[in-house]
Amino acid sequence: MRPGDEAELVAALRGATGPLRIVGGGTRHLGLGGTAALAGAEGVLETAGMAGVSLYEPEALTLVARAGTSLAAVAAMLAGERQRLAFEVPDLRGLLGRQGTSTLGGVVAANASGPRRIQVGACRDSLLGVRFVDGAGAVIKNGGRVMKNVTGYDLVKLMAGSHGTLGVLCEVSFKVQAEPEAEATLVWQGLAAELAVMALSTALGSPFDVSGAAHVAGLGQTMIRLEGMAGSVAYRSRALNAALGGGWAVVTDAASAQMWRGVRDVAALAGRPGAVWRVSVKPAAGPQVVAAMGARVRDAVYDWGGGLVWLLCDEVAGADADAGASELRRLVRGFGGHATLIRASDAVRQRVPVFHPEAAGVVALSRGLRAKFDPRGILNPGMMG
Amino acid sequence: MDMPVPNAAVLAAKERIVARLLQVLPADAVIFDPAETRAYECDGLAAYRCPPLVAVLPRTTDEVSAVLRICHEMGVPVVPRGSGTSLAGGALPTADCVILGVARMNAVLETDYENRFIRVQSGRTNLSVTGAVEADGFFYAPDPSSQLACAIAGNIAMNSGGAHCLKYGVTTNNLLGVTLVLMDGEVIEIGGAHLDPAGLDLLGVICGSEGQLGVVTEATLRILAKPEGARPVLIGFDSSEVAGACVSDIIKAGILPVAIEFMDRPCIRATEAFAGAGYPDCEALLIVEVEGSDAEIDEQLARICAIARGHNPVELRESRSEAEAKKIWLGRKSAFGAMGQINDYMCLDGTIPVSSLPLVLRRIGEMSAEFGLDVGNVFHAGDGNMHPLILYDANKPGDLELCEAFGAEILKLCVEVGGCLTGEHGVGIEKRDLMSVQFTAADMEAQAWVKDVFDPGWLLNPAKVFPLAVSAGRRAR
Repeated sequence: MRPGDEAELVAALRGATGPLRIVGGGTRHLGLGGTAALAGAEGVLETAGMAGVSLYEPEALTLVARAGTSLAAVAAMLAGERQRLAFEVPDLRGLLGRQGTSTLGGVVAANASGPRRIQVGACRDSLLGVRFVDGAGAVIKNGGRVMKNVTGYDLVKLMAGSHGTLGVLCEVSFKVQAEPEAEATLVWQGLAAELAVMALSTALGSPFDVSGAAHVAGLGQTMIRLEGMAGSVAYRSRALNAALGGGWAVVTDAASAQMWRGVRDVAALAGRPGAVWRVSVKPAAGPQVVAAMGARVRDAVYDWGGGLVWLLCDEVAGADADAGASELRRLVRGFGGHATLIRASDAVRQRVPVFHPEAAGVVALSRGLRAKFDPRGILNPGMMG
Repeated sequence: MDMPVPNAAVLAAKERIVARLLQVLPADAVIFDPAETRAYECDGLAAYRCPPLVAVLPRTTDEVSAVLRICHEMGVPVVPRGSGTSLAGGALPTADCVILGVARMNAVLETDYENRFIRVQSGRTNLSVTGAVEADGFFYAPDPSSQLACAIAGNIAMNSGGAHCLKYGVTTNNLLGVTLVLMDGEVIEIGGAHLDPAGLDLLGVICGSEGQLGVVTEATLRILAKPEGARPVLIGFDSSEVAGACVSDIIKAGILPVAIEFMDRPCIRATEAFAGAGYPDCEALLIVEVEGSDAEIDEQLARICAIARGHNPVELRESRSEAEAKKIWLGRKSAFGAMGQINDYMCLDGTIPVSSLPLVLRRIGEMSAEFGLDVGNVFHAGDGNMHPLILYDANKPGDLELCEAFGAEILKLCVEVGGCLTGEHGVGIEKRDLMSVQFTAADMEAQAWVKDVFDPGWLLNPAKVFPLAVSAGRRAR
């Protein structure tokens, strides 16, 4: 099914007789993982037919577009006004080995957020409003196109990151951001992860408005990004370098942007064998989790000051292959946080839930919400547990 | 404003309810003498009052859980209360309710500079969160005007903003985790010191749910390093339209001030008479504040002033010292007090697209003449969050109703131009019956589902947010 507008989407959902797999561009879909529900006689509902920008007001930093609109088209349009989506959408096609074109709806459904998340928030924080169709075929809107809105409950946040399990998005509105005049990255080579994260913490605890703080373990490269007006970036580069004890190399503009695309897209782990985990913990815990996982870890990319860890792990062959899931999730539970299985062989994915198991109380509430928004259980069933 | 008829069975059970509460709380935490419960009869929306049946002041999450379990069992409605500063009636009691005040829960539980968060009990005031970390160079960003008094619990319930949220975001953008007690007494942890949830973003929907989903007893908040400095510039214009165009141009230029505040002539005159901040007597003025080192501030202000000059300002005043900066903010910060000195007022809170500013201001002026009530406008222009202050006389019969009718028309206009009823104050009882202007029945039904899941009996703050007709069937269950 490929509805071309909201009315066709409503008809498709009202007429659905069984489970549907909701697909945007298929570039960041995390798929099954332990559930056979989707493997059966599922229908596929593609959203890319619902495309087009309905409103773009650069002077109000506002964009409204249909959910199937391609991310690339929107990025190009925004760039024409020297603007962008602030939250730096990761392009995971290389990492996941996917083709296809990301859609705005898919970005929202995954709450896909890159390095700048630590400064400007996640996708959910830039998302101003949604229109979606629930599992029974009702059109629901929430939020709007204005910057501040506390009218009624915030279902906008609830829809962001719900992976198509509560409704199918048909329109999304974003607050956009002006592109900065300049950017610079302070770089240090050869720090161990724990020391690197300490440096990142120092930078993030400084008044210099850091917009990226990452450490790529395999390259031994620690990176801190500053963006803004040219004079300000130059000043803060000097001041932050001094605050860190001096001696950091400074990479600017296009070369800096290139480095951050690598962090954003987890390029260091793309094309390499093994399972990939995405771990969110408090920053100082990042290196501790990796250290405790020991020899199973082949490589790690730390973003968000250490709080987001992309782990490349050996799957370990055999009947109990779980890519370190039980150990990793036990560790993460101890620190507080979660670990999502981003990429793994089918054998591991049949055994290990993609999403981190949550506490009983949270599970009950989440299930209750799904039962209300999708009473027939047809929207990506089993996807999030 | 209609409120549901109190449940006679609950009113009749007062003695038993008090006895049960006294089993789980110390005597000084249960207030039931009608002379004392009167202290909780209203919040910042003082036009509406109703003493609660009982008020409780627990000190711990366990005590909150015990209170809720009892109320759940006995079918008693519970109205959570932070500091009672809501401008929307969010903490207004019903005669058959237990007010659950978190004011005694104000401890700092953990500060962690390495990971940049603070964990507090929810009764702690907004400003004292910053107070706990500012000696070490950090602050908590959301800064509602009531920050000296308002509690984090209420900030979370209403998703409060403030003057500086243009850069730093509102409460939801700075909230990492909560300890939430559900109506049946179950305690759950949502979020923590890490970013973003494993599954559905429950934290996102709890924030701004006006105390209807659970009682937040502890919160993990993001803290930020204080900027090196901040300075405002004051720009006066001879028309509101031009001031609005200047705001658009500043935003379009890619400059990100921490605040862009707007005042119109009635407000300027009132604050001048009250505070004597030395504002120019003009149609509209903007206060634009930027942050950074001295050189960075100079760079940003130079660009802002260049943009402003393109709009022929009648006044352009840069602050060069702390004292000058304070003087520029003095008028803005005393605006509400100044208007209150003239008369009673009702403060609205609609948000509009910045591009609609001139139209909306013109229409408000016309409506002011039609209703025969004066209006002053003071608001956060950078994000289109308006605060029209409608003056009325509470002692004049019919004036409050007239003022409310005028306010409703302004809010309908906000929705009409693509905006919303409330940008940071919340719906409460004040805008409850206007929800259907902004939302379809299906939109509201979807929101009500969330409450159905968290609080199936609709006992928590039950008569708020949703039009009574929407919630009636659910409250009766």
